[in-house]
Amino acid sequence: MGFLAAFPVLIVALMLQLAIFSRLPLLHGTADLMLVVLVSWALQERVRSAWVWTLIGGLLVTLVSGLPFYTPVFGYLIATGLARMLRRQVWQTPILAMFVTVFTTTLIYHALSLGMLQIAGRGLPLIDSLTLITLPSVLLNLMLALPVYTLITDLAHWINPAEIA
Amino acid sequence: MRNSGSQFLRNATIFVVAAGLVIFALSGYMQPLFRTALTPLVTVQGWLSTRFMAVYEFVTVPRDINSLRSQNQALESEVAGLQAQIIELEQQLREAQVLYALLDFARSSPESQYVAAAVIGRDPSPFLHYVIIDHGSDDGLRHGMPVITDQGLVGRIDALTATAARVQLITDPGSTVNVRLESTRTEAQITGSVTGEITLGLVSPDTTLQPGELVLTSGLGGGYPPDLLIGQVVSIRSASTDLFQSGSIQSVVDFSALQAVLIITNFRPVDISPLIPSTP
Repeated sequence: MGFLAAFPVLIVALMLQLAIFSRLPLLHGTADLMLVVLVSWALQERVRSAWVWTLIGGLLVTLVSGLPFYTPVFGYLIATGLARMLRRQVWQTPILAMFVTVFTTTLIYHALSLGMLQIAGRGLPLIDSLTLITLPSVLLNLMLALPVYTLITDLAHWINPAEIA
Repeated sequence: MRNSGSQFLRNATIFVVAAGLVIFALSGYMQPLFRTALTPLVTVQGWLSTRFMAVYEFVTVPRDINSLRSQNQALESEVAGLQAQIIELEQQLREAQVLYALLDFARSSPESQYVAAAVIGRDPSPFLHYVIIDHGSDDGLRHGMPVITDQGLVGRIDALTATAARVQLITDPGSTVNVRLESTRTEAQITGSVTGEITLGLVSPDTTLQPGELVLTSGLGGGYPPDLLIGQVVSIRSASTDLFQSGSIQSVVDFSALQAVLIITNFRPVDISPLIPSTP
Protein backbone atom coordinates (compact mmCIF):
# COMPACT_ATOMS: atom_id res chain seq x y z
CA MET A 1 0.00 0.00 0.00
CA GLY A 2 2.80 2.40 0.96
CA PHE A 3 4.68 2.15 -2.30
CA LEU A 4 1.50 2.29 -4.39
CA ALA A 5 0.74 5.71 -2.96
CA ALA A 6 4.12 6.86 -4.26
CA PHE A 7 2.91 7.03 -7.84
CA PRO A 8 0.09 9.60 -7.47
CA VAL A 9 1.89 11.62 -4.79
CA LEU A 10 5.23 11.81 -6.61
CA ILE A 11 3.66 12.40 -10.03
CA VAL A 12 1.67 15.32 -8.59
CA ALA A 13 4.84 16.62 -6.91
CA LEU A 14 6.72 16.38 -10.22
CA MET A 15 3.97 18.18 -12.12
CA LEU A 16 3.91 20.97 -9.52
CA GLN A 17 7.70 21.15 -9.72
CA LEU A 18 7.77 21.48 -13.52
CA ALA A 19 4.84 23.84 -13.86
CA ILE A 20 5.21 26.06 -10.80
CA PHE A 21 8.26 25.73 -8.59
CA SER A 22 10.79 25.68 -11.44
CA ARG A 23 9.22 28.92 -12.71
CA LEU A 24 9.57 30.76 -9.38
CA PRO A 25 13.27 31.42 -9.01
CA LEU A 26 14.97 33.26 -6.21
CA LEU A 27 18.00 34.79 -7.92
CA HIS A 28 18.66 31.68 -10.06
CA GLY A 29 17.80 29.03 -7.50
CA THR A 30 14.53 27.11 -7.39
CA ALA A 31 12.83 24.95 -4.80
CA ASP A 32 13.07 21.17 -5.19
CA LEU A 33 9.66 19.89 -4.15
CA MET A 34 10.53 16.27 -4.94
CA LEU A 35 13.54 16.36 -2.62
CA VAL A 36 11.50 17.90 0.20
CA VAL A 37 8.69 15.36 -0.26
CA LEU A 38 11.09 12.40 -0.26
CA VAL A 39 12.94 13.68 2.81
CA SER A 40 9.63 14.26 4.63
CA TRP A 41 8.50 10.74 3.78
CA ALA A 42 11.80 9.21 4.89
CA LEU A 43 11.53 10.99 8.26
CA GLN A 44 8.14 9.44 9.07
CA GLU A 45 8.39 6.83 11.80
CA ARG A 46 5.81 4.35 10.53
CA VAL A 47 6.96 4.47 6.91
CA ARG A 48 8.65 1.33 5.56
CA SER A 49 8.68 2.25 1.86
CA ALA A 50 11.01 5.26 1.88
CA TRP A 51 13.62 3.66 -0.39
CA VAL A 52 11.00 2.60 -2.94
CA TRP A 53 9.57 6.12 -2.93
CA THR A 54 13.07 7.50 -3.46
CA LEU A 55 13.74 5.23 -6.41
CA ILE A 56 10.41 6.12 -8.03
CA GLY A 57 10.90 9.85 -7.40
CA GLY A 58 14.47 9.75 -8.68
CA LEU A 59 13.47 7.92 -11.85
CA LEU A 60 10.59 10.33 -12.49
CA VAL A 61 12.88 13.35 -12.22
CA THR A 62 15.54 11.62 -14.33
CA LEU A 63 12.89 11.11 -17.01
CA VAL A 64 12.27 14.85 -17.42
CA SER A 65 15.54 16.43 -16.35
CA GLY A 66 18.62 17.03 -18.42
CA LEU A 67 20.92 16.06 -15.53
CA PRO A 68 23.23 13.25 -16.68
CA PHE A 69 24.03 9.79 -15.27
CA TYR A 70 20.86 9.32 -13.21
CA THR A 71 22.03 12.08 -10.87
CA PRO A 72 18.55 12.60 -9.32
CA VAL A 73 18.33 8.90 -8.37
CA PHE A 74 21.69 8.93 -6.59
CA GLY A 75 21.09 12.35 -5.07
CA TYR A 76 17.71 11.38 -3.64
CA LEU A 77 19.05 8.03 -2.36
CA ILE A 78 21.74 9.91 -0.43
CA ALA A 79 19.07 12.30 0.88
CA THR A 80 16.87 9.43 2.05
CA GLY A 81 19.82 7.67 3.71
CA LEU A 82 20.72 10.84 5.58
CA ALA A 83 17.09 11.40 6.59
CA ARG A 84 16.76 7.84 7.95
CA MET A 85 19.98 8.27 9.87
CA LEU A 86 18.94 11.65 11.32
CA ARG A 87 15.52 10.30 12.22
CA ARG A 88 17.16 7.91 14.64
CA GLN A 89 19.48 10.60 16.02
CA VAL A 90 16.97 13.41 16.57
CA TRP A 91 13.75 11.43 16.73
CA GLN A 92 12.28 13.52 19.54
CA THR A 93 12.15 16.67 17.40
CA PRO A 94 11.24 15.49 13.89
CA ILE A 95 10.72 19.03 12.60
CA LEU A 96 14.29 19.90 13.58
CA ALA A 97 15.44 16.77 11.79
CA MET A 98 13.42 17.91 8.77
CA PHE A 99 15.12 21.31 8.61
CA VAL A 100 18.59 19.85 9.18
CA THR A 101 18.02 17.17 6.54
CA VAL A 102 16.60 19.55 3.95
CA PHE A 103 19.50 21.97 4.47
CA THR A 104 22.15 19.25 4.26
CA THR A 105 20.65 17.22 1.45
CA THR A 106 20.10 20.28 -0.75
CA LEU A 107 23.79 21.12 -0.43
CA ILE A 108 24.79 17.50 -1.13
CA TYR A 109 22.39 17.16 -4.06
CA HIS A 110 23.65 20.38 -5.65
CA ALA A 111 27.27 19.35 -5.10
CA LEU A 112 26.50 16.03 -6.77
CA SER A 113 24.74 17.78 -9.69
CA LEU A 114 27.68 20.13 -10.17
CA GLY A 115 30.13 17.23 -10.05
CA MET A 116 28.16 15.20 -12.58
CA LEU A 117 27.80 18.19 -14.92
CA GLN A 118 31.54 18.77 -14.61
CA ILE A 119 32.17 15.13 -15.59
CA ALA A 120 29.71 15.55 -18.49
CA GLY A 121 31.87 18.38 -19.80
CA ARG A 122 29.91 21.42 -18.68
CA GLY A 123 32.23 23.52 -16.63
CA LEU A 124 30.06 25.55 -14.30
CA PRO A 125 31.54 28.40 -12.24
CA LEU A 126 31.63 27.21 -8.64
CA ILE A 127 31.20 30.55 -6.86
CA ASP A 128 28.32 31.68 -9.10
CA SER A 129 26.65 28.30 -8.72
CA LEU A 130 26.94 28.46 -4.94
CA THR A 131 25.84 32.06 -4.43
CA LEU A 132 23.25 32.41 -7.18
CA ILE A 133 21.75 28.91 -7.26
CA THR A 134 22.55 26.71 -4.29
CA LEU A 135 22.05 29.12 -1.40
CA PRO A 136 18.76 30.55 -2.75
CA SER A 137 17.60 26.97 -3.40
CA VAL A 138 18.44 26.02 0.19
CA LEU A 139 16.35 28.93 1.43
CA LEU A 140 13.38 28.03 -0.80
CA ASN A 141 13.56 24.36 0.25
CA LEU A 142 13.61 25.38 3.92
CA MET A 143 10.53 27.53 3.33
CA LEU A 144 8.79 24.54 1.77
CA ALA A 145 9.92 22.16 4.50
CA LEU A 146 7.30 22.93 7.15
CA PRO A 147 4.11 22.81 5.00
CA VAL A 148 5.30 19.76 3.07
CA TYR A 149 6.28 17.97 6.29
CA THR A 150 2.81 18.64 7.74
CA LEU A 151 1.06 17.32 4.64
CA ILE A 152 3.30 14.27 4.35
CA THR A 153 2.87 13.48 8.07
CA ASP A 154 -0.91 13.46 7.62
CA LEU A 155 -0.53 11.28 4.53
CA ALA A 156 1.76 8.87 6.36
CA HIS A 157 -0.70 8.58 9.26
CA TRP A 158 -3.52 7.96 6.80
CA ILE A 159 -1.62 5.29 4.87
CA ASN A 160 -0.03 3.68 7.93
CA PRO A 161 -2.52 4.03 10.80
CA ALA A 162 -1.27 3.30 14.32
CA GLU A 163 -1.72 -0.31 15.38
CA ILE A 164 -3.92 -0.75 18.44
CA ALA A 165 -2.60 -3.49 20.72
CA MET B 1 -93.25 86.98 17.54
CA ARG B 2 -90.44 89.26 18.66
CA ASN B 3 -88.13 86.23 18.81
CA SER B 4 -88.90 85.13 15.25
CA GLY B 5 -88.30 88.72 14.02
CA SER B 6 -84.87 89.02 15.64
CA GLN B 7 -83.88 85.54 14.36
CA PHE B 8 -84.80 86.56 10.83
CA LEU B 9 -82.77 89.73 11.24
CA ARG B 10 -79.79 87.71 12.48
CA ASN B 11 -80.03 85.20 9.61
CA ALA B 12 -80.31 87.98 7.11
CA THR B 13 -77.25 89.68 8.56
CA ILE B 14 -75.27 86.43 8.36
CA PHE B 15 -76.39 85.90 4.80
CA VAL B 16 -75.51 89.45 3.81
CA VAL B 17 -72.05 89.14 5.48
CA ALA B 18 -71.45 85.73 3.88
CA ALA B 19 -72.56 86.97 0.49
CA GLY B 20 -70.35 89.99 0.93
CA LEU B 21 -67.39 87.81 1.82
CA VAL B 22 -68.02 85.59 -1.21
CA ILE B 23 -68.30 88.62 -3.46
CA PHE B 24 -65.11 90.07 -1.94
CA ALA B 25 -63.34 86.69 -2.35
CA LEU B 26 -64.45 86.30 -5.95
CA SER B 27 -63.44 89.81 -6.75
CA GLY B 28 -59.91 89.18 -5.29
CA TYR B 29 -60.09 91.55 -2.41
CA MET B 30 -59.62 88.67 0.10
CA GLN B 31 -56.28 87.39 -1.31
CA PRO B 32 -53.99 89.14 1.23
CA LEU B 33 -56.16 87.85 4.00
CA PHE B 34 -56.10 84.30 2.65
CA ARG B 35 -52.31 84.45 2.13
CA THR B 36 -51.75 85.58 5.66
CA ALA B 37 -54.03 82.91 7.04
CA LEU B 38 -52.76 80.00 4.81
CA THR B 39 -49.00 80.48 5.17
CA PRO B 40 -48.76 79.12 8.71
CA LEU B 41 -51.18 76.37 7.77
CA VAL B 42 -49.01 75.28 4.85
CA THR B 43 -45.92 75.40 7.06
CA VAL B 44 -47.60 73.25 9.67
CA GLN B 45 -48.87 70.90 6.97
CA GLY B 46 -45.35 70.54 5.55
CA TRP B 47 -43.87 69.85 8.99
CA LEU B 48 -46.55 67.28 9.68
CA SER B 49 -46.10 65.58 6.33
CA THR B 50 -42.29 65.40 6.75
CA ARG B 51 -42.60 63.86 10.20
CA PHE B 52 -45.16 61.40 8.96
CA MET B 53 -42.95 60.30 6.09
CA ALA B 54 -40.05 59.91 8.50
CA VAL B 55 -42.12 57.68 10.73
CA TYR B 56 -43.41 55.78 7.67
CA GLU B 57 -39.91 55.15 6.40
CA PHE B 58 -38.75 54.10 9.83
CA VAL B 59 -41.49 51.50 9.90
CA THR B 60 -41.00 50.24 6.34
CA VAL B 61 -37.12 50.39 6.08
CA PRO B 62 -36.40 46.94 7.60
CA ARG B 63 -38.23 45.32 4.70
CA ASP B 64 -36.17 47.38 2.22
CA ILE B 65 -32.83 46.46 3.88
CA ASN B 66 -33.61 42.79 3.56
CA SER B 67 -34.50 43.16 -0.08
CA LEU B 68 -31.43 45.35 -0.65
CA ARG B 69 -29.21 42.80 1.05
CA SER B 70 -30.52 39.99 -1.12
CA GLN B 71 -30.13 42.20 -4.20
CA ASN B 72 -26.61 43.09 -3.12
CA GLN B 73 -25.68 39.46 -2.67
CA ALA B 74 -27.05 38.60 -6.09
CA LEU B 75 -25.13 41.48 -7.66
CA GLU B 76 -21.94 40.59 -5.82
CA SER B 77 -22.11 37.00 -7.02
CA GLU B 78 -22.78 38.29 -10.54
CA VAL B 79 -19.77 40.63 -10.32
CA ALA B 80 -17.59 37.77 -9.05
CA GLY B 81 -18.73 35.60 -11.94
CA LEU B 82 -18.03 38.39 -14.43
CA GLN B 83 -14.59 39.03 -12.94
CA ALA B 84 -13.75 35.34 -13.29
CA GLN B 85 -14.93 35.51 -16.90
CA ILE B 86 -12.76 38.59 -17.50
CA ILE B 87 -9.67 36.85 -16.09
CA GLU B 88 -10.37 33.77 -18.22
CA LEU B 89 -10.91 35.88 -21.33
CA GLU B 90 -7.77 37.92 -20.67
CA GLN B 91 -5.82 34.66 -20.37
CA GLN B 92 -7.34 33.41 -23.63
CA LEU B 93 -6.56 36.75 -25.26
CA ARG B 94 -2.92 36.57 -24.20
CA GLU B 95 -2.65 33.01 -25.54
CA ALA B 96 -4.35 34.06 -28.76
CA GLN B 97 -1.96 37.02 -29.14
CA VAL B 98 1.03 34.69 -28.75
CA LEU B 99 -0.43 32.24 -31.26
CA TYR B 100 -1.30 35.03 -33.73
CA ALA B 101 2.28 36.31 -33.51
CA LEU B 102 3.61 32.81 -34.18
CA LEU B 103 1.15 32.38 -37.05
CA ASP B 104 2.20 35.71 -38.58
CA PHE B 105 5.83 34.66 -38.32
CA ALA B 106 5.10 31.27 -39.92
CA ARG B 107 3.25 32.99 -42.78
CA SER B 108 6.10 35.43 -43.32
CA SER B 109 8.60 32.57 -43.58
CA PRO B 110 6.83 30.01 -45.77
CA GLU B 111 10.05 28.24 -46.73
CA SER B 112 10.06 26.44 -43.38
CA GLN B 113 7.49 24.04 -41.99
CA TYR B 114 6.49 24.58 -38.39
CA VAL B 115 4.80 22.78 -35.55
CA ALA B 116 3.52 25.00 -32.75
CA ALA B 117 3.82 23.74 -29.19
CA ALA B 118 3.04 25.05 -25.74
CA VAL B 119 5.67 25.25 -23.01
CA ILE B 120 4.37 23.08 -20.15
CA GLY B 121 7.28 23.02 -17.75
CA ARG B 122 10.88 23.76 -16.90
CA ASP B 123 13.72 21.47 -15.91
CA PRO B 124 13.66 20.70 -12.17
CA SER B 125 17.41 21.35 -11.90
CA PRO B 126 18.25 25.05 -11.54
CA PHE B 127 21.67 24.38 -13.10
CA LEU B 128 20.09 23.61 -16.47
CA HIS B 129 18.02 25.72 -18.84
CA TYR B 130 15.57 23.34 -20.48
CA VAL B 131 11.84 23.61 -21.10
CA ILE B 132 9.30 20.86 -21.69
CA ILE B 133 6.88 21.23 -24.62
CA ASP B 134 3.62 19.40 -25.26
CA HIS B 135 4.50 17.89 -28.66
CA GLY B 136 6.71 14.90 -29.32
CA SER B 137 7.73 12.34 -31.92
CA ASP B 138 4.07 11.57 -32.74
CA ASP B 139 3.83 15.13 -34.12
CA GLY B 140 6.86 14.71 -36.35
CA LEU B 141 9.43 16.21 -34.01
CA ARG B 142 12.96 14.80 -34.04
CA HIS B 143 16.09 15.24 -31.97
CA GLY B 144 18.04 18.40 -32.80
CA MET B 145 15.25 20.29 -34.54
CA PRO B 146 15.52 24.08 -34.00
CA VAL B 147 12.98 25.78 -31.78
CA ILE B 148 12.07 29.43 -32.31
CA THR B 149 9.47 32.06 -31.50
CA ASP B 150 8.31 34.92 -33.68
CA GLN B 151 11.10 36.95 -32.05
CA GLY B 152 14.06 34.67 -32.56
CA LEU B 153 15.96 31.51 -31.70
CA VAL B 154 14.99 29.62 -28.54
CA GLY B 155 17.06 26.43 -28.71
CA ARG B 156 16.78 22.91 -30.03
CA ILE B 157 15.14 19.63 -29.14
CA ASP B 158 17.29 17.61 -26.79
CA ALA B 159 15.09 14.64 -25.89
CA LEU B 160 11.74 13.26 -27.00
CA THR B 161 8.88 11.07 -25.98
CA ALA B 162 5.84 10.31 -28.10
CA THR B 163 3.88 13.26 -26.75
CA ALA B 164 6.41 15.65 -25.22
CA ALA B 165 9.89 16.95 -25.82
CA ARG B 166 12.66 18.63 -23.86
CA VAL B 167 14.19 21.73 -25.43
CA GLN B 168 17.68 22.92 -24.59
CA LEU B 169 17.59 26.73 -24.52
CA ILE B 170 20.46 28.74 -25.96
CA THR B 171 20.97 30.11 -22.43
CA ASP B 172 21.87 26.63 -21.11
CA PRO B 173 25.51 26.33 -20.04
CA GLY B 174 25.90 23.35 -22.39
CA SER B 175 24.55 25.20 -25.43
CA THR B 176 26.86 26.46 -28.19
CA VAL B 177 25.63 28.14 -31.37
CA ASN B 178 27.67 29.29 -34.34
CA VAL B 179 26.64 32.83 -35.19
CA ARG B 180 27.27 35.64 -37.62
CA LEU B 181 27.41 39.35 -36.85
CA GLU B 182 25.03 41.06 -39.21
CA SER B 183 26.93 44.15 -40.33
CA THR B 184 30.44 42.75 -40.50
CA ARG B 185 29.37 39.23 -41.48
CA THR B 186 31.99 37.91 -39.06
CA GLU B 187 31.63 34.38 -37.74
CA ALA B 188 31.59 33.86 -33.99
CA GLN B 189 30.13 31.60 -31.36
CA ILE B 190 27.72 32.07 -28.46
CA THR B 191 27.50 30.00 -25.30
CA GLY B 192 25.01 29.97 -22.48
CA SER B 193 25.80 30.12 -18.80
CA VAL B 194 24.49 28.93 -15.48
CA THR B 195 22.93 32.35 -14.85
CA GLY B 196 21.22 32.42 -18.25
CA GLU B 197 23.49 35.07 -19.75
CA ILE B 198 24.65 34.56 -23.33
CA THR B 199 28.31 35.16 -24.08
CA LEU B 200 29.67 35.98 -27.50
CA GLY B 201 33.11 34.52 -28.14
CA LEU B 202 35.67 33.63 -30.79
CA VAL B 203 35.29 37.04 -32.49
CA SER B 204 38.34 37.86 -34.55
CA PRO B 205 40.40 40.74 -33.07
CA ASP B 206 40.37 42.40 -36.52
CA THR B 207 36.61 42.83 -36.34
CA THR B 208 35.21 46.14 -35.15
CA LEU B 209 32.59 45.07 -32.69
CA GLN B 210 29.89 47.61 -31.82
CA PRO B 211 27.19 47.46 -29.16
CA GLY B 212 23.79 47.02 -30.77
CA GLU B 213 25.12 44.75 -33.48
CA LEU B 214 22.60 42.07 -34.45
CA VAL B 215 23.59 38.45 -33.99
CA LEU B 216 22.15 35.74 -36.29
CA THR B 217 22.77 32.04 -36.67
CA SER B 218 25.44 31.31 -39.27
CA GLY B 219 24.35 27.79 -40.16
CA LEU B 220 27.92 26.55 -39.77
CA GLY B 221 28.21 23.14 -38.19
CA GLY B 222 24.76 22.14 -39.37
CA GLY B 223 23.16 22.46 -35.96
CA TYR B 224 20.86 25.38 -36.83
CA PRO B 225 19.57 26.90 -40.05
CA PRO B 226 21.18 30.22 -41.01
CA ASP B 227 19.80 33.72 -40.40
CA LEU B 228 17.72 33.08 -37.29
CA LEU B 229 17.81 36.16 -35.08
CA ILE B 230 19.37 35.63 -31.66
CA GLY B 231 19.85 39.08 -30.16
CA GLN B 232 22.19 42.02 -30.10
CA VAL B 233 25.56 42.77 -28.61
CA VAL B 234 25.29 44.80 -25.41
CA SER B 235 28.87 44.87 -24.18
CA ILE B 236 32.30 44.05 -25.53
CA ARG B 237 35.37 42.69 -23.77
CA SER B 238 38.58 42.98 -25.68
CA ALA B 239 42.20 43.23 -24.64
CA SER B 240 45.28 43.50 -26.77
CA THR B 241 46.65 40.28 -25.29
CA ASP B 242 43.51 38.25 -26.02
CA LEU B 243 43.35 35.93 -29.01
CA PHE B 244 39.68 36.73 -29.53
CA GLN B 245 37.19 39.41 -28.59
CA SER B 246 34.19 38.51 -26.52
CA GLY B 247 30.99 40.18 -25.39
CA SER B 248 27.54 39.80 -23.91
CA ILE B 249 24.38 39.22 -25.92
CA GLN B 250 20.92 40.43 -25.05
CA SER B 251 18.55 37.82 -26.44
CA VAL B 252 15.43 38.98 -28.27
CA VAL B 253 13.46 36.18 -26.61
CA ASP B 254 12.23 36.56 -23.04
CA PHE B 255 13.05 33.08 -21.78
CA SER B 256 11.35 33.61 -18.43
CA ALA B 257 7.97 34.13 -20.12
CA LEU B 258 8.01 31.47 -22.83
CA GLN B 259 4.47 30.27 -23.48
CA ALA B 260 4.46 28.88 -27.00
CA VAL B 261 7.17 28.02 -29.51
CA LEU B 262 7.54 26.89 -33.12
CA ILE B 263 9.62 23.89 -34.12
CA ILE B 264 11.10 23.94 -37.62
CA THR B 265 10.33 20.43 -38.80
CA ASN B 266 11.88 20.52 -42.27
CA PHE B 267 15.35 21.20 -40.92
CA ARG B 268 17.40 18.17 -40.01
CA PRO B 269 20.61 18.91 -38.11
CA VAL B 270 23.80 17.49 -39.54
CA ASP B 271 25.97 15.44 -37.24
CA ILE B 272 29.52 16.41 -38.16
CA SER B 273 31.16 14.78 -35.15
CA PRO B 274 32.54 11.85 -37.24
CA LEU B 275 34.32 14.42 -39.43
CA ILE B 276 36.09 16.08 -36.52
CA PRO B 277 39.47 14.48 -35.95
CA SER B 278 39.85 13.10 -32.45
CA THR B 279 42.71 14.52 -30.42
CA PRO B 280 45.20 11.90 -29.22
